[in-house]
Amino acid sequence: MSLKLVNISKIFKDPDHANKEVVAVEDVNLEINEGEMVSFLGPSGCGKTTTLRIVSGFENPTTGEVWLGDKMINDLPPNKRDTAMVFQSYAIFPHLSVGQNIAFGLELKGVKADIVKKEVEAIMATMNLTELYNRSPDQLSGGQQQRVALARSIINKPSVLLFDEPLSNLDAKLRDLMRFEIRRIQQSFGITSIYVTHDQAEAMTVSDRIVVMNEGHIMQVGTPFEIYSHPANKFVADFIGRVNFLDSIVEEKNKDGKYLVHIGKNVKLINSSTGNFTKGDKVLTVIRPESLTVSIGEKDSGSVYNGVVEKAVYLGATVEYDIMVDGREIISAVTHNPVIEGVFKSGDRVNIDFDPAAAHLLGE
Amino acid sequence: MSDTWGRRSLRQLRQIANDPLLLIVILVILASLVLFIIYPLSKVIITSFLPDGKFSFSVFKEVFSSWYLRQAFYNSIMMGILTAVAGVGVGFVFAFTLARTDIPFKKFFHLIAIIPIISPPFIGALSIIMLFGNNGFISDHLLHLQNIKIYGFRGLLFAQVVTFFPVAYITLRGVLDSISPTLEDAALDLGGTRFKVFRRVTLPLALPGIASAMLILFVETLADFGNPLILAGSQFPILSVQAYLQITGMYDLPKGSALALILLVPSISVFFLQKYWVSRKKYVTITGKPTSSTLKSVSPIAKWILFAVCTFFALTIILIYAAILWGAFVKVWGFNNTFTLDHFKYVFSVGFGAVKDTLIIAGISTPIAGILGMVIAFLVVRKEFPLKHFMEVSSMLSFAVPGTVIGIGYVLAFNSHPLLLTGTLLILLLNFIFRYVPVGIQSGVAILRQVDPSIEEAAIDLGADSRSTFRRVTLPLMVPAFFSGLIFSFVRAMTAISAVIFLVSSNWNLMTVQIMSQVESGRLGAAAAFSVILVLIILAAILIIRAILTLKYGRFGGTTLKF
Ligand SMILES: Nc1ncnc2c1ncn2[C@@H]1O[C@H](COP(=O)(O)OP(=O)(O)OP(=O)(O)O)[C@@H](O)[C@H]1O
Ligand SMILES: [Mg+2]
Repeated sequence: MSLKLVNISKIFKDPDHANKEVVAVEDVNLEINEGEMVSFLGPSGCGKTTTLRIVSGFENPTTGEVWLGDKMINDLPPNKRDTAMVFQSYAIFPHLSVGQNIAFGLELKGVKADIVKKEVEAIMATMNLTELYNRSPDQLSGGQQQRVALARSIINKPSVLLFDEPLSNLDAKLRDLMRFEIRRIQQSFGITSIYVTHDQAEAMTVSDRIVVMNEGHIMQVGTPFEIYSHPANKFVADFIGRVNFLDSIVEEKNKDGKYLVHIGKNVKLINSSTGNFTKGDKVLTVIRPESLTVSIGEKDSGSVYNGVVEKAVYLGATVEYDIMVDGREIISAVTHNPVIEGVFKSGDRVNIDFDPAAAHLLGE
Repeated sequence: MSDTWGRRSLRQLRQIANDPLLLIVILVILASLVLFIIYPLSKVIITSFLPDGKFSFSVFKEVFSSWYLRQAFYNSIMMGILTAVAGVGVGFVFAFTLARTDIPFKKFFHLIAIIPIISPPFIGALSIIMLFGNNGFISDHLLHLQNIKIYGFRGLLFAQVVTFFPVAYITLRGVLDSISPTLEDAALDLGGTRFKVFRRVTLPLALPGIASAMLILFVETLADFGNPLILAGSQFPILSVQAYLQITGMYDLPKGSALALILLVPSISVFFLQKYWVSRKKYVTITGKPTSSTLKSVSPIAKWILFAVCTFFALTIILIYAAILWGAFVKVWGFNNTFTLDHFKYVFSVGFGAVKDTLIIAGISTPIAGILGMVIAFLVVRKEFPLKHFMEVSSMLSFAVPGTVIGIGYVLAFNSHPLLLTGTLLILLLNFIFRYVPVGIQSGVAILRQVDPSIEEAAIDLGADSRSTFRRVTLPLMVPAFFSGLIFSFVRAMTAISAVIFLVSSNWNLMTVQIMSQVESGRLGAAAAFSVILVLIILAAILIIRAILTLKYGRFGGTTLKF
């Protein structure tokens, strides 16, 4: 089922100062389509968990509406909502066996014991848990607990699955494995899902769309590609991956919406932009380090910048450079073919250039 | 401010109203706390300030103009202070020796220090009379002393220290165990002498615990009734006994209430001082991996001195219990030492009713108190509702209120229609339930704070309403705490006297009250036999509850008492 958040805000009383208020979420609007998996990505404290808990019903929004399908569910208590949460701590009942944990939701609904058993066994088989039916939770590994928690949520066939940093307690290797596992299961059951994380690689791999949040506000909603290559603002550009912001001045806007801008010693025609600019506006050209080309040479007039290598880190497949331009600005660049292009040393004079197709314009 | 409070309450109310059962439970609990804790206490206040329906200080003027009652106040306070100091001293020696040295027979010393907790609090007094009284074993037989002054100050202080030092021991043992001995090792390593390390590291770290133990002992001694009733005598009046005598001897309810109130004020103030100030100031010593210390912080000489001191106290306690045991099996204590079972026969013929009544009352009231305690703990930790703070404080209040005060309050509150309860089983049950509910609350709160709230949220998320969440998830997780709380409150219920002595009747009597009246009429043998049976019942109950726990859970989830 589709999920819609309309003007959601949440204000908490500060637990330490009765008169102070904490704005955890403000004016959040979002539509998630049926079967879609959306990630909430943002720094700690930006309101991801709060938004998730508003969807699941554990927090009431101070203002705004939560819609599930064509029903407004604000007044539905969490136990009546058709949402299922996978908790960061997994929240597996310690006094019940694995099988009993997974059966919990069906038993509450009063499903007959033999049907419960069948369904539990079926879901345990799809999740590679069959052997663990009678285990007690304290005998499970982290990855197994994770899967038990997921199975326990999915068996109820919820309309919406909510994950709150489900992998943060696992080690790096298992994390990589589990995110594909979660994605596989989500897709095979076709359940609308929200996935909270502050790991951008995780968000990129599991989601159809990413919601970037900061200080309670949505900064951008888009596919991983859009978020990375057309960031809507400085925060998003900076938060996802490494980035250079190049001071630029608009020369003109042509008929098909492209901008001709002065960058460094050069002029470029840039296609992608957020915002509307006119001649003379100061703007920022957003360019990723891997989109820059670096070549050795004395003051090549065709390139954007001439600079001096400050620092070079050779990583085998790539080389990472910090390049000083005009004696002050540092630009980061990554080259991918050290064998062919050569490796420059610090102190080398270099020229920097890029293909305007990789650049994106933002207001200052 | 009040506006936002009002609005918040309203919002909370609206949420609770979604869940009628929760609302009903909260209302019933609040109503019963008011009726069975607040109302009796306010009766004490009203009766002492409004002796003839009009507000006046006349009763208090009368009390303080009496030299004798003034003396009772001084004596009680002084006895409280001295017991606190001496009891914590002995308790600390025990705790330090057992926590920080490798003397032999540690387990034995631990058990000895625990025993007084599971026996009636006046056993010390009873035994002292048997040993040092007019026909006492030691005074008369061994030393041929006449008229050694055991009644009054000295005897009472001795009995109180013996009775209450175990409380200090348990508190301080917990404190010392939580201070990593590696800290002391580190200080030694930095070149401190052992004594300096003790003075500059161990003692300061234990200081909040010591202060806390002293305050607890002060309150308990102040409230104690059994030992003073037996030992204080008329030369050395004690408040709790005087309040009792005013009510049962002279039927002077206003004066009795006034004395109770005078007893209540220092108890409550010190209790809250302990709870909200001292107990907050505890140090947490941060340690990495637990390392076993080599216990080098005590020099060999000091170790054996401590061992000798502990042995001395242990022997004293053994002597006290041996006297009781012996007294229960000889014809006439002090005169005729032939073995007999007469006292037990007497107990089982005359006093069997009291044994039965005690078991019924403790058996019914303590599980109810335990469950109520778990429910209140759950509400207080996990739910938001108006008057939550009131529920928390008023339900913990009976920890602070001396039994004498509660007893008088119940007499005053429930002696007329529509709440005519005096003489019934119900009044005893209610008294016990609301007196021991804090035990359950404490252990319930402790365990709930360890349970991740998302475990309960997971159940709700899967479709459980608040009732099935509590029944299927929260309650099973609280069961070990319930049972360990049960042991503690059962012991307290079996050994209680100060409140119930006002509430017993010919229909419903209690063993402790029986023991008292045997002592008063000079039948020490019967009193001793009663005491032996009482302690045996308690031990049996503890063993049964522990067996249930071990069978079901494979471990003892104790939070209050470790045996
Ligand atoms: N119950 C509460 N009372 C008061 N403030 C709260 C409460 N819950 C959350 N907050 C505050 O709301 C803000 C958002 O919190 P939230 O838990 O949603 O962040 P988050 O994005 O999930 O962070 P993290 O990545 O660290 O989990 C924080 O400033 C937090 O301190
Ligand atoms: Mg969070």
